[in-house]
Amino acid sequence: MIRFENVSVTYDGADGPTVRGVDFEVPEGELVLLAGPSGVGKSTVLGAVGGLVPHFTGGTLSGRVTVAGRDTRTHKPRELADVVGTVGQDPLSHFVTDTVEDELAYGMESLGLSPAVMRRRVEETLDLLGLAPLRDRPIATLSGGQRQRVAIGSVLTAHPSVLVLDEPTSALDPAAAEEVLAVLQRLVHDLGTTVLLAEHRLERVVQYADRIVLLPAPGAPPVLGTPAEVMAVSPVFPPVVELGRLAGWSPLPLTVRDARRRAAPLRERLAGLPVPGAPAPPAAVPAPRPAPGSRWRRRSAPAAAPAYAAEVRGLAVRRGRVPALRHVDLTVSPGETVALMGRNGAGKSTLLGALVGLVEPSTGSVRAGGAVPHRTPPRELVRRVGLVPQEPRDLLYADTVAAECRAADRDAEAASGTCRALLSGLLPGIGDTAHPRDLSEGQRLTLALAVVLTARPPLLLLDEPTRGLDYGAKSRLVGLLRALAAEGHAIVLATHDVELAAELAHRVVLLAEGEVIADGPTTEVAVASPSFAPQVAKVLAPQRWLTPAQVREALA
Amino acid sequence: MAREGAAGQLHPGAWWLWAIGLGTAATRTTNPLLLALLLAVSAYVVTARRTHAPWARSYGAFVKLALAVLAVRLFFTVALGSPIPGTHVLVTLPEVPLPDWARGIRLGGRVTAEALLFALYDGLKLATLLICVGAANALANPSRLLKSLPGALYEAGVAVVVALTFAPHLVADVRRLRAARRLRGRPDRGVRGLLHVGLPVLEGALERSVALAAAMDSRGYGRTAEVPVAVRRTTAALTLGGLLGVCAGTYGLLTAAGGTYGLPLLGAGLAAALGGLRLGGRRAVRTRYRADRWDGRAWLVAGSGAAVAGLVALAAVRDPAALHPGVVPLAPPVLPLWPAAACLLGLLPAVAAPPPPDPAEEPS
Repeated sequence: MIRFENVSVTYDGADGPTVRGVDFEVPEGELVLLAGPSGVGKSTVLGAVGGLVPHFTGGTLSGRVTVAGRDTRTHKPRELADVVGTVGQDPLSHFVTDTVEDELAYGMESLGLSPAVMRRRVEETLDLLGLAPLRDRPIATLSGGQRQRVAIGSVLTAHPSVLVLDEPTSALDPAAAEEVLAVLQRLVHDLGTTVLLAEHRLERVVQYADRIVLLPAPGAPPVLGTPAEVMAVSPVFPPVVELGRLAGWSPLPLTVRDARRRAAPLRERLAGLPVPGAPAPPAAVPAPRPAPGSRWRRRSAPAAAPAYAAEVRGLAVRRGRVPALRHVDLTVSPGETVALMGRNGAGKSTLLGALVGLVEPSTGSVRAGGAVPHRTPPRELVRRVGLVPQEPRDLLYADTVAAECRAADRDAEAASGTCRALLSGLLPGIGDTAHPRDLSEGQRLTLALAVVLTARPPLLLLDEPTRGLDYGAKSRLVGLLRALAAEGHAIVLATHDVELAAELAHRVVLLAEGEVIADGPTTEVAVASPSFAPQVAKVLAPQRWLTPAQVREALA
Repeated sequence: MAREGAAGQLHPGAWWLWAIGLGTAATRTTNPLLLALLLAVSAYVVTARRTHAPWARSYGAFVKLALAVLAVRLFFTVALGSPIPGTHVLVTLPEVPLPDWARGIRLGGRVTAEALLFALYDGLKLATLLICVGAANALANPSRLLKSLPGALYEAGVAVVVALTFAPHLVADVRRLRAARRLRGRPDRGVRGLLHVGLPVLEGALERSVALAAAMDSRGYGRTAEVPVAVRRTTAALTLGGLLGVCAGTYGLLTAAGGTYGLPLLGAGLAAALGGLRLGGRRAVRTRYRADRWDGRAWLVAGSGAAVAGLVALAAVRDPAALHPGVVPLAPPVLPLWPAAACLLGLLPAVAAPPPPDPAEEPS
């Protein structure tokens, strides 16, 4: 269905080809996963299928790409629109109209289908993707998972034989990701659609793939094979595969179910061993945490207020008429790492916003680093609390890394060179003259982190730090944050990434509809919840192992 | 069987005709009681028939804009004086002496009740017009109206729709980036804060436009049908010739000498241009999904607006005194009975138009 014949792509002004020697074929009705570290040209390969590379992006494509027998050299993207449906990374920039139903019809209108056919296909697609209750809704009011489903639906109505998706689940919470993947599964099984998708979060998708195309390094030719074969050699792999490699299982397990069936001997070996390096609350500061709503216990608790890096009491926030947070209590001690988890729209970002003074509380009190955030002038506040926003790019204004670092020193009134020294310490190899926009996702995140840390805030907040990061960048981030916590920084991170929370967090706080529904040590909260448990915990339950690293250490 | 038009929706053109009708009526009178009646009519219909969509909230914004216009009008009367002669001095402001060359302009001085009242009537007229436009905006989805454009103008329609959806994104970007300035320890309020986020906001908008263009291209935007060369040439000739005809015709109408050939030339030019547009539509392959149908209810709604406009205009000709109450000497305005009854015809859509879907049925 899709055929790459010795394809190389060189963008204008680049030193060498972005991808080289790509040569593979995707048969009809298969779900093929494109995997690899950041920057190996996954998006380029995806773009070449729909003809966007090189017709839209520019550059030179040598070799030949054919889709359903059509050569992309002679067919422009619009002439492939009836066979290829492409959904990009950000569904919001994909939408042309403003309501769900119109969006589903847009592609068919462009293709000139008759109104009766359009009507039938819209209804079918609404049912197929479970969008029927949302048909009249303005797109701006939908949640992340709903938007992703509408984006998929909007290309499905044209009945393409090939569906191309770039990171369809990266921005979604675990439940919404399941929802989207179930839809893809159904398309492949029931309609025979060929699906090619790229995804960093392999733990979510690898079990659905029929085959994997692995781009191991920039410019290296791709490796093609069944998931088990490719995962054995891949530089990127999900935790369940790492566990399988540790235990020496062959073929490698791809799903929690596979792994569990083989894990009985491993569980026996691990039974008596203590869990090493389990992130436990720092012993230095006891954190008496009264149960939410229990006034009596709160009053009787010792007044340890100054010991907290962040203290939230009875916080409620309203956005318009909608309550975003209701009666939230949270304390974070210095040196402690807390993961905020919950659905998209559960109030995680709002809580972080309240801690850094972007959001004013309706009732209740917030103290961060000893100050009331929304009443403290920004210049003063940066020394008490720092937030790395979901889009680290928002923090960066200058046109070179060096200028950005100088501005950060000025803003924080730190000695000149502080930010640059921090950055070099965190991630060597970022040039002074590089434009922040040209950095990779991981580099940009590190730069934003360095900018925030220049003022040395005792409380550090991160909103979805692993979006778009590959496993390598993620493990660097984990090391970094652990070191910061050991220095006494309190860290709060809002994340959908259960594996990250398992590696880092001492405590997990679950939010739902603006309320705290669970708050406790990671081992207890994460393991108890089916959607927020990391893979290793699911495989080795009821034992309390969270990460492959713990298992490796225990076995060593 | 495929049902045309989205469920229970009125043709957006009908709402616009109704609102334009009310607006036209407002321009024919300065009687504050009639204007207030028109405002009440539009407000009632909006509350009775608007949906829960984001564009439905624009009514409040238009009301605020109208109030601002009224306030500006009154402020200028107070500050710069007014040519209306008046005897009831309310307050005397200190007058700024101006040099000789600025004679005829006055700053400060006497403020009379008559002048204020005249400014109020005049401002209210403009405010009512604005609020009527706001009502149309709140009741009809602007992008659905653009869907009713002829095929050859489709590209222009899409450009407008994309621009309309971009504005909210831009506002959200500005807010997010100003918030991010606070995270860097810089003041997030004031003009400086706004200026500094300008460049990143523009960069973001540019990137999003490129992404949207890629998405639209890969979804088949701009596919064209094969059209015979002869048809293509005829289209070009008709459009160009038509435009030339319109220009020449207009010139003829406006000059004294060309009175004889002006009108026919203008007519022929218009006909040719329309023919060109129609032929041009053949190149576009696109079809329309659930195009809005102009039904009986649309006739009723549009007709009620037209009736209000027509009757008030007629009253303005036959009884100008009642519709333009004088302010010198000061007298309370009187509500003319028949024009008032005509204004009430504008309430018809509150019953004739389909009710909005029940919010309880919509999942939130």
